[in-house]
Amino acid sequence: MRDFVSARARTIPPSGIRKFFDLALSMEGVISLGVGEPDFSTPWNLCEASIYSIEQGGTSYTSNRGIQKLREALSVWLSDHYQLTYHPDTEMVITTGVSEGLDIAIRAVTDPGDEVIVAEPSYVSYAPCVTLAGGIPVPVQCREEDHFRLNPDHLMEVLTGKTKAIIINFPNNPTGAVMRREHLRALADIIIDHDLLLISDEVYSELTYSGKHVSSAALDGMWERTITLNGFSKAYAMTGWRIGYLCAPQELCDAALKIHQYVMLCAPVMGQVAAFEGIRRGEDEKDRMVQEYRVRRNLFVEGLNRIGLRCHLPEGAFYAFPSVQKTGLSDVEFAEQLLKEEHVAVVPGSVLGQGGENHCRCAYAVSRKDLAEALRRMEHFIADHGRE
Amino acid sequence: MDEKDLLLLRLLEENSRLSPDDLGIMAELSPDDVASRVTALEEGKIIKSYTTVIDWERAANEGVAAIIELKVNPERDFGYDRIAGRLANFREVRSLRLITGVYDLQLLVTGKTMQEVARFVSEYIAPMDRIRETATHIIMKTYKENGQNFFEKESGERIPYSF
Repeated sequence: MRDFVSARARTIPPSGIRKFFDLALSMEGVISLGVGEPDFSTPWNLCEASIYSIEQGGTSYTSNRGIQKLREALSVWLSDHYQLTYHPDTEMVITTGVSEGLDIAIRAVTDPGDEVIVAEPSYVSYAPCVTLAGGIPVPVQCREEDHFRLNPDHLMEVLTGKTKAIIINFPNNPTGAVMRREHLRALADIIIDHDLLLISDEVYSELTYSGKHVSSAALDGMWERTITLNGFSKAYAMTGWRIGYLCAPQELCDAALKIHQYVMLCAPVMGQVAAFEGIRRGEDEKDRMVQEYRVRRNLFVEGLNRIGLRCHLPEGAFYAFPSVQKTGLSDVEFAEQLLKEEHVAVVPGSVLGQGGENHCRCAYAVSRKDLAEALRRMEHFIADHGRE
Repeated sequence: MDEKDLLLLRLLEENSRLSPDDLGIMAELSPDDVASRVTALEEGKIIKSYTTVIDWERAANEGVAAIIELKVNPERDFGYDRIAGRLANFREVRSLRLITGVYDLQLLVTGKTMQEVARFVSEYIAPMDRIRETATHIIMKTYKENGQNFFEKESGERIPYSF
């Protein structure tokens, strides 16, 4: 029989943590700092709105773009919060999570051979999505000495005549780094000078602890060359509902919408209804959760530094990204042995791309009690393995 | 009162046993700053007391609690305040509020038995001057108290890793 798997599917790497996943599932009493999602349940009023809608028979397809009133509300919300102007009828698509938004954005702009720069360490989907679209992912490393921001000089080093777009994600998964306005401006100038497109994944935007989130498309000269991706998963604790959105100038948005209507048709209606309630009446609950993440960040990062795992203060998202160098173990060894010996799950940084080596990603979206226990176990682990 | 004060209040409301050191880390303040802020909140009577939320049903306590509603004739110059002040002196009265609606005052009363609560209401509360009518509601089950949900929650299954 022929080998039916495509060369492209073969090219993309398998998950870097499959074996950890299976190991953790076979263990008792694991504290997982490995999950990139809130530990809160979706605020109850959002669930109620969705349940009520289902009871009323709201179970059908929506328009390809998504429910009109949700897009209208989002358009106002984005303008109020991030000074972004996107027309709900022509410049916006509700997607099945940011994951889908990312895929259709990349496919809408990538031709075979196009180079797409991916700021790493990062969420694992960016490079594979570029590959699947026929493009060539080009990593650029965000370094610890730059507080894991994208340094414009390093970006310049990887630009070629084939570079078409850049994918960034700030506040960042896995480092918690935030690009403030001045950092984004420096980046924007290069993007404009070299006539590039920016794909900006801002799904952690509401989880910004140092001032207000700055959206790339709100910078002068950037709106027309930016695809903004965002969603409800992180800020509204709605990961399982799968609701995101893509915003872009009409021509780009239309291209993405075409792909969306062929591969997805529409985002799940139940999630769209919950998201609409979130935009209308979810702010207080969201702010309460964000305040709690900030408290946990302070506790956890202080704890990491206290037990000797050097960690910069992340300004956003819900990840700490400490260095494990002190232990003399590689990040993969650290994560594996920590799981086996102390039953604490963390993600080794090297599976998250360049610049992740010797670090591990710890999601502090777990209760304060579990965070304290995880720190206690990690301290014990370091006492056994620490090399001075 | 600033944002940091509000955060301290929220943290203490949830767990009043947090140390100034822990509170300082959480709220991005020095322990001394925490101590002086908390003292000011105590002196300003914003923090009234430090208490513990107990699920008495689970503690197998035989006690009974009732919500008592009262219709009251207010007094010239004093309104409801003087009668409320007298009611508040009873140890059995755990909380007391002036409310809108059909009734004026609402009390939470506790006792060892239903008879004890009934006797307290009929002997001490109902006969007081200016009280026109009482309604006693025995509490059968508490589902939520002071923001604490007493439901055993089956939290959804969470996977150990995701990117």
